[in-house]
Amino acid sequence: MEAINGLALGFSHALTLTNLGWALTGCFLGTAVGVLPGIGPALTIALLLPITFQVSATGAFILFCGVFYGAMYGGSTTSILLNAPGESGSIITALEGAKMARNGRAGPALATAAIGSFVAGVVGTLGIAFLGPVIVDFALVLGPAEYFCLMVLCFVTVSAVLGGSALRGLVSLFFGLTLGLIGIDLQTGQPRMTFGLPELYDGINVVLVAVALFAVAEALHMAWRYHGGAPVVLPVGKLTLSRTDLKRSFWPWMRGAGLGFPFGVLPAGGTEMPTMLSYYTERKLVAPQHAHEFGTTGAIEGVAGPEAANNAAAAGILVPMLTLGLPTSATAAIMLSAFQSYGIQPGPLLFETQAVLVWTLIASLFVANVMLVVLNLPLVGLWVKILKIPTPQLYAGILVFATIGTYGISNSIVDLVLLYIIGTIGMFMRRFDFPVAPVVIGMILGPMAEQALRQALTISQGDWSVFITRPGSLAILVVAVLALVGPRIYGAWRRRGA
Amino acid sequence: MTSRIALPDLLAGIFVLGFGLVGFWQAGAIPVSPLYAQIGPKAVPYAVASGMTVLGGLLVLGALRGGWSASLADVVEAGPPNMRALGLLGAGLLANLVLIGPAGFSIAASAQFVLVAAAFGSRSMARDLLIALPLTLLVWFLFVQGLGVNIGAGLLEGLVLRLLGREVL
Repeated sequence: MEAINGLALGFSHALTLTNLGWALTGCFLGTAVGVLPGIGPALTIALLLPITFQVSATGAFILFCGVFYGAMYGGSTTSILLNAPGESGSIITALEGAKMARNGRAGPALATAAIGSFVAGVVGTLGIAFLGPVIVDFALVLGPAEYFCLMVLCFVTVSAVLGGSALRGLVSLFFGLTLGLIGIDLQTGQPRMTFGLPELYDGINVVLVAVALFAVAEALHMAWRYHGGAPVVLPVGKLTLSRTDLKRSFWPWMRGAGLGFPFGVLPAGGTEMPTMLSYYTERKLVAPQHAHEFGTTGAIEGVAGPEAANNAAAAGILVPMLTLGLPTSATAAIMLSAFQSYGIQPGPLLFETQAVLVWTLIASLFVANVMLVVLNLPLVGLWVKILKIPTPQLYAGILVFATIGTYGISNSIVDLVLLYIIGTIGMFMRRFDFPVAPVVIGMILGPMAEQALRQALTISQGDWSVFITRPGSLAILVVAVLALVGPRIYGAWRRRGA
Repeated sequence: MTSRIALPDLLAGIFVLGFGLVGFWQAGAIPVSPLYAQIGPKAVPYAVASGMTVLGGLLVLGALRGGWSASLADVVEAGPPNMRALGLLGAGLLANLVLIGPAGFSIAASAQFVLVAAAFGSRSMARDLLIALPLTLLVWFLFVQGLGVNIGAGLLEGLVLRLLGREVL
């Protein structure tokens, strides 16, 4: 089996002291930023990108993946103790988790979330190890035409299918695509969309955009709506899972993990849908004597299932990123740009040309999961302390790091001006409910899609029909169109029927 | 749904529309490549600009039919905008922008830290400054010495390096 051999290879590299150190650092940092409201894994990895100049690719990606997984664990702590979900995937956890905490059951809620995250993380990582090579075999036969269609599908799902409004999601996507076009065209050497400014010839750095949208915009929006008052952190109590709680949590963990992983693998990359589905499933399947706890005192099933689904989906997102080079979340997009800064092209060939890197990374994900359970259960007191950092100093600190991340790129004032302009746009995007993740994804994936398009048309000698005469690309395009218009047609049909 | 025109939404729509039109202008300004290619450097910029313009048009139409803000819980429940906080935060960003070149990272970032903390209601500027200066000097040191990322040395950084007996960058 390719996966078994690969994992053996991976563990032999992952268990070295250096790589264990990177994993621990990543997990620690990830949990901290997951706990802190206002910053997430995408921003953190963007700010850590400078380490790619100094550290080996393996070390850097172990660190990044530790941050990615750690933020999931940390996010559940905040949603349970603060009733303030840090990211979309933990909204559902806050539903029942915060109710449990309010009724003095924060301990079991945190425990089931952490162990559920562990179970789902392990299931998800096994999924990556076994599914990855299969998808790679399939992906190797894809040509530029199919790749272009896959990217179009990716664009449609991340912007139009998820989130509140397809129209606003698409605007965000096109904003990102426009930002991605700025700079010298790689194929012909022409400067594009630069307004004649030489500072823009190298393009806009993705770190700058991520920092602007996730840090500056967030701070500006917070200030705009700020009315003081510190959030209340609920007491943790005893962190144990009784025999009954364990029994009630076990199947929700399994079902959540089983539900979450496939959703992550699909090029839709959302964690909202699987967590929501898991919540409704558990609500339906709950034993009758506990059914009344849903929505009143908080049911442990409603924390265990969605939290497992969230983590398994997050693990699943790594599958299209590693095997196809397709990022389906903002965090994955930033990681993809880290690959690019090492000169590594993620895609089907990654498993062959960078076998050691890939399998060490996957093995490190297992290591990270073990570390995170340890970090999150006994050390929960530490994270509660972090939650109590007052808002003024927290946001002031975030903006200091925003300056570093941006000014460090090229010591240019122009970059800072751009940071504030895009940050202001981001503030209005929050106000008008435009999602920000499609901007980052469009910016990274847009140039790749254009390259695939131009390659496909060069091969077909300018014949545009190549996208509909090749069965693979036609099938993907049909799915993309269905994903875009399907929900609307279904809605219209239902309204007519009603 | 009301049929009243939603002014903020209309402005957002017009902004997106304008963004698309600026995209057209910039796509038109791309010099035609002398290299032969099946699809040149202008095609995708035109496609993206068209998309943005159409989407902006749709947003404007939506705004004329009542807009979407009225259905956003965050907007409906929000209190009056806190212009004082926004102003102080803006001042912090501006101070950073102006100071980072001449005075260096630590001074600029500390000024920003104090103003941003004040924006979010911190009452003790002196205490914030005492947090900010060591913090910014520490991260400056970490980034420059540890990662080799230069984030702008200045007066304070030079002083610290001299105290440590190192060469000033």
